[in-house]
Amino acid sequence: MKFRAWLAVAAGILPATLAAIVLFLALYSWQAIHFNGWGFVVRNTWNLGNLYANPILRHGFQVQPGATYGILFLIAGTLLSTFLALLFAVPVGIGAAIFLAEAVPSHLRTWISFFVELLMAIPSVVFGLWGYVVVIPFLSRHFFPLLAATLGRVIPFFAGPTGSGYGLLTAGVVLALMIVPIIAATLRDALVSQPAALREAALGLGATRFEALWKVMLPGTRRTLIGATFLALGRALGETMAVLMVSGNALNYLPHNIYNPISTMAAFIVSQLDSALQDPTGMAVRSLAEIALVLAIISVIVNGLARLLLLVWNNGQRTVAV
Amino acid sequence: MSTIATTLERTLSKPRQVRLSRRIGSLVGWTLTGACMLVLSVLMVWILVVVFMRGVGALKLSTFTTITQGNGGGLLNAIEGTLVLSAGALLLAVPFGVASGIYSSEYPNSPWSRTIRFLADVLVGVPSIVVGYFGYVGMVQWLGWSFSVAAGSISLAIISLPYICRTTELALRQVPNDLRDAAYSLGANERRVVLGVCLPVAMPSILTGVLLALAVSVGETAPLLYTAGWSNFMWDGRLTHSPVGYLTYAIWTFINEPFASANKLAYAAAFLVTGFVLIINVFARFVLERRARR
Repeated sequence: MKFRAWLAVAAGILPATLAAIVLFLALYSWQAIHFNGWGFVVRNTWNLGNLYANPILRHGFQVQPGATYGILFLIAGTLLSTFLALLFAVPVGIGAAIFLAEAVPSHLRTWISFFVELLMAIPSVVFGLWGYVVVIPFLSRHFFPLLAATLGRVIPFFAGPTGSGYGLLTAGVVLALMIVPIIAATLRDALVSQPAALREAALGLGATRFEALWKVMLPGTRRTLIGATFLALGRALGETMAVLMVSGNALNYLPHNIYNPISTMAAFIVSQLDSALQDPTGMAVRSLAEIALVLAIISVIVNGLARLLLLVWNNGQRTVAV
Repeated sequence: MSTIATTLERTLSKPRQVRLSRRIGSLVGWTLTGACMLVLSVLMVWILVVVFMRGVGALKLSTFTTITQGNGGGLLNAIEGTLVLSAGALLLAVPFGVASGIYSSEYPNSPWSRTIRFLADVLVGVPSIVVGYFGYVGMVQWLGWSFSVAAGSISLAIISLPYICRTTELALRQVPNDLRDAAYSLGANERRVVLGVCLPVAMPSILTGVLLALAVSVGETAPLLYTAGWSNFMWDGRLTHSPVGYLTYAIWTFINEPFASANKLAYAAAFLVTGFVLIINVFARFVLERRARR
């Protein structure tokens, strides 16, 4: 066979892997998808049923009596924590990107940027450790009571009780720190590669340096910003270990305030597999596979969108940033 | 004539007046961006200080020489497991990743290579727990390997594959086309050009990418929890049917134990993992930076 053909075949492992992941999870969770139906995403009860009873036949499937699988609380937890993370990360990421691109002398820029981007390299379990050891005690002792006493008087969602520190806001803060460098790095590259003529024209018209940046340079990078935000969104949606360690791992519970424990789809798979294995019918493990499948499909869509946005902006040249 | 000149001179010599509100706006803007940067840097330093201070305090010689016993002991089994799992992952991912990278850089405009590039980017974004659950369902259960080095390594390989593919592709793109043309004109065929000319030139960058992939797999936890399992003992050499320990598991599980000895193990493991990952990243940056400047 020709060399090129060999390469093409070997390269096929990548699409094959992705297809295998989605197909395998779909096949494995097929029974669960049929058994759970659409109730999977609107019910708020994850209940393995009576594990000591004999399995019964329901809708043509062997399940434990009383078993229901609904993940509304997980969807809520995932969306809320991701939303909070983006709410913190996008402004900070923009600010840091501007600072790195404009305020730092160019010979220092590489290294200062690198220092911040090292955040991307730190393993998520280490973020979890830091969140567990530092962020939770700090926030629950000093910041949450303050927040509840001030903002909590105005907005009910911020009112106490502030709880133990494990919860939505903590997860949002830790997630935000994990995704900020994605936004900062991508946007900084885009700002640096904006044509200098744009800035010169703006300055020539009498804009201050910041106005030139804010009103002329930054709008030009809008598409990159959206793409980077999607990338960050994808990362936050699928983040497992850090969330697992700081979110409180709520079960069947919708948060009433911003301090309440939550759980996310990704973290739930880890925290529940052990107990799901107790289900002799296997439906619980298959329902977890259904969560994984949903997560896989969401991440493929979100990341695909992000890449399309970043791709077109670069005229077919891909960005180097994560 | 002279009046025009004097008017012009007067206008130009007068300091440009920027309205106060605009100057304040700019000042506030710069302050805010600086504050964002400051917050990020402080948090980064905070993480590093916590991990390194506590980690150094927790390290002992016995951490490297003894295996985990209950809530104490050392991390020898976990260090060995991490090395075995990551090495296995690289062994599987490097050939395929490099081949995919070569294909997508040398034939950049073919539809297949566009597909590969796009899907590599998508695969990077697939949550690692999804890969882990795939490994659990597919290898641990369906293939019946139970918790094992094979299942763990393959899961890690899936995660590092797109990184290697992408860094290889970028490395090969840095190779000037003149070099390829020269090789072709000397009568070399496609294989000689790619394997004999381009690949050696791009090798330092490719190896750097492989190192970065190694850093990623050393730091992963979620894909290993239900594929590699955990073991307090050294690896017995079997590829299937024998769980192994690894450092990130020690971080996750021992920090939640109410024993100081267990917590120390978690800090020591966090120190080792973070230190390793950071060293690789700094090294890679130096190499890539130096090559980019050349």
